[in-house]
Amino acid sequence: MNEVVLRIEGFRKTYGDLVAVEDLSLTVYRGEIFGLLGPNGAGKTSTLECLEGLRKPDGGALDILGVDPARQPGRLRDLIGVQLQLAGLPGSMTVREAMRFFSAYHRVAPRDDLLARLGLGEKMNSQYSELSTGQQRRLALALAVAHRPPVVFLDEPTAGLDVESRAELHAMMHELRDAGATILLATHDMAEAEKMADRVAILLRGRVAAAGSPRELTAAGAGMTKVSIRTEQSLLFQNGAQFPAAERHTVADDYTVYFSTDPGATVSAILDHVTTHGDRLIDLRVERPSLEERFLEITHTGGAR
Amino acid sequence: MTAFAHHFAYEFKTGLRNPTLMLMNYLFPLAFYAMMGLVMIEINPLFTDTIVPAMAVFVAMVSTVLGLPGPLVESREAGIYRSYKVNGVPALSILSIPALSTIFHVLIVTAIIIVTASPFFGGVLPESWGGFAGVTLVIVFAMGALGLLISVVAGGSRSTVLFSQLIFLPSTLISGLTMPLEALPASVRPVSALLPATHAMQAYQGLAYGREALIDPWASVAILGAGGLLALGLAIYLFNWDSRNDARRGRPLLALLAIVPYVAGVFLMG
Repeated sequence: MNEVVLRIEGFRKTYGDLVAVEDLSLTVYRGEIFGLLGPNGAGKTSTLECLEGLRKPDGGALDILGVDPARQPGRLRDLIGVQLQLAGLPGSMTVREAMRFFSAYHRVAPRDDLLARLGLGEKMNSQYSELSTGQQRRLALALAVAHRPPVVFLDEPTAGLDVESRAELHAMMHELRDAGATILLATHDMAEAEKMADRVAILLRGRVAAAGSPRELTAAGAGMTKVSIRTEQSLLFQNGAQFPAAERHTVADDYTVYFSTDPGATVSAILDHVTTHGDRLIDLRVERPSLEERFLEITHTGGAR
Repeated sequence: MTAFAHHFAYEFKTGLRNPTLMLMNYLFPLAFYAMMGLVMIEINPLFTDTIVPAMAVFVAMVSTVLGLPGPLVESREAGIYRSYKVNGVPALSILSIPALSTIFHVLIVTAIIIVTASPFFGGVLPESWGGFAGVTLVIVFAMGALGLLISVVAGGSRSTVLFSQLIFLPSTLISGLTMPLEALPASVRPVSALLPATHAMQAYQGLAYGREALIDPWASVAILGAGGLLALGLAIYLFNWDSRNDARRGRPLLALLAIVPYVAGVFLMG
């Protein structure tokens, strides 16, 4: 995973007086699923649209496998597959026609197997306007990867998908990655990013506020691990017990919840306390902070790395 | 099949599959032709002389100036061009292939008119089929390019209708389609010379029917050809993939340059 596939250096994009992205630098390696996260207006779409050749950057350098998206759009098309968030197909175009149409422009054979795989095999003669939102997104994904591009951009790919389609899409993303494709995934879904992405960058006001693997990012936060415990007599809460490294506790659904900077020490002390006070353990859960919690922490604090 | 063939086949089928395009390409022009054949000839028997060229021009106008721009504007507004761009569909294909398929529909309906005008309505057929075919091709090129230019500069469906009607409505009244130019007041004739349909009728009269025209028919052909080339060039230059992306190469007002050849035509009107 060392070959650089996509490099962004000092990228800047403005719209009149509005600076959408400022001095953004990222490197993405072959075979990576890279998550691009951020609240609305953070600059994700501007970055993606410049990488996809839909807009021109105002500064900095963009490079996808040696190709400058703004200057070499013809070469770019064979290198990238794009599932756009804000795009569509003609309402009267059938699924079969769409596959043949775009495959012809990419000079590859149509991939009806992909359509079948994504549950569109029985919709081949349905017009785009007759498809559900989920089916439209699955078709967009099939069209994006039909020419087997080495780099795939997915913008909110699972929005509007049911659970089954979402799982199928995730499996397909893993297959693409295992086959050597690099995926740039822009999503609002933190659980999806945490599950799918090898590395993520959180954008805030056009700059990278944090970057790394989901595990690194969550570890770099306030570092509070959630320890939830439920006992027969709920003595922990009743006597207001305090434990090492546990900074606070709350009660939710019969569970006493501690947030600990040293979960090992906290759990050990809690278990001793339960035993020595004659209470009995029913359930104990230790959860590290989620990417969503870290994301909220970063966006609320303004992006401390 | 090549990408062009796939694209053309899709656009051609859309012209039949899409109810609005079906109406504009076939139902409306053929219904109007039938009405003119049944009613107009009763009112003005001399209309048999011009029913074929007049209806050929009408068909071209309805399909290209009225019918072509709307779906193109809707496609741009719906982000369809963005999908096209990221999949390598060239801008020239986006503009030219719908125009070509529309022209194909126009030629089919024109052929229906040629075949039926004489037996059903006593319509007079051209003396020179070569002249008729040549003039028809120039007309559909000029009007198709105008339709494309409208689709590029119109900001939405309302302005599309407005721009199309600015050409279509006066054309039906003062271009010689429904009444001879000679019958128009002298003060109106210069205005009619600004309309492509006027030059289309004059070119048909002179080059397909060997009749006297108010404007040199070759000059009319030249004006239509130049107007078409200018409109096409401007459409390509002003083309925008995405209404969300306001980085245009030029101001839409540049489109007015397309009327320059027609302004020259005003001075040629006899």
